[in-house]
Amino acid sequence: METGHRKALQQLARRELPGLYALARHLAGQDAEDLVQETLVRACRASGKLDDPGAGPRWLRAILTNVWRDRLRARGRRPDELPVDEPEHFSLYATLVEEDPLPYSDTLHVDVLGTFSAQDVHLVLQRLPDHERAPVVLRYVEGFDTYEIAAMLELPLGTVLSQLHRGRQRFERALWECAEESGLLEQPTHGTAVAAGRGRR
Amino acid sequence: MSVPPGCREAVRRLWDHLDRGLEPNHEQQLEQHLAFCRRCCGELEFVRELRTLLRTPTAASLPPDVHDRLDGVIDALGGDESLAGA
Ligand SMILES: [Zn+2]
Repeated sequence: METGHRKALQQLARRELPGLYALARHLAGQDAEDLVQETLVRACRASGKLDDPGAGPRWLRAILTNVWRDRLRARGRRPDELPVDEPEHFSLYATLVEEDPLPYSDTLHVDVLGTFSAQDVHLVLQRLPDHERAPVVLRYVEGFDTYEIAAMLELPLGTVLSQLHRGRQRFERALWECAEESGLLEQPTHGTAVAAGRGRR
Repeated sequence: MSVPPGCREAVRRLWDHLDRGLEPNHEQQLEQHLAFCRRCCGELEFVRELRTLLRTPTAASLPPDVHDRLDGVIDALGGDESLAGA
């Protein structure tokens, strides 16, 4: 491979390392470091194919997603062949409005979401099964469109759309469970509820 | 935690609406519903906030030791033929 390609890849990889690691953590949890490492090696083999330097960040994320997908398959799990248990329809908004012990406030729902840190969101996402978490992360955290996600995961578009739908439902439900476990709605004020709930546990 | 029956279709479509992924007739039905339903307008704003929450970058998630090891891998990309598969 040409030295110029390698130098460009090294620069790109250094710049994108935090973002790649964050995506790897969302997808693979504890295996994130290993996943990034294999991604870098695979990117090096393919770096001659990257013509547009501006596309580099997304190109690396696509490779990382491919590596993750291949690992899942190697463990005998195909993202599209897992049992489909249709979660009962769940609306976090409706739940918050109904379960709120305090007088209704127009800003309640925003206040509740404001108590979740980025780390909380990461932990909530970890509660989703792999095949639902991946489309949610790729769509809403990384900003890929559904066609790109279908290509990266090698799944039909319809499968991705239904996984995305179920994943969003489960994300809302998992946020609610997390709020309940933290004692969110038992607190007199919403603003400090999660931190206070954590302290008690 | 019930959604009123008349709102269920609208609620099911809020995320896709924000993704701009609805068929034109579904989009039209939803807009007509939102034009008179304050409840669903509230949920639409809520879903918008949820999407913003998901985009919040995870701060300081790359531990220094992991950074150093991965940086070493990047260094090796510069010259190691076995890594490059050449
Ligand atoms: Zn409605």
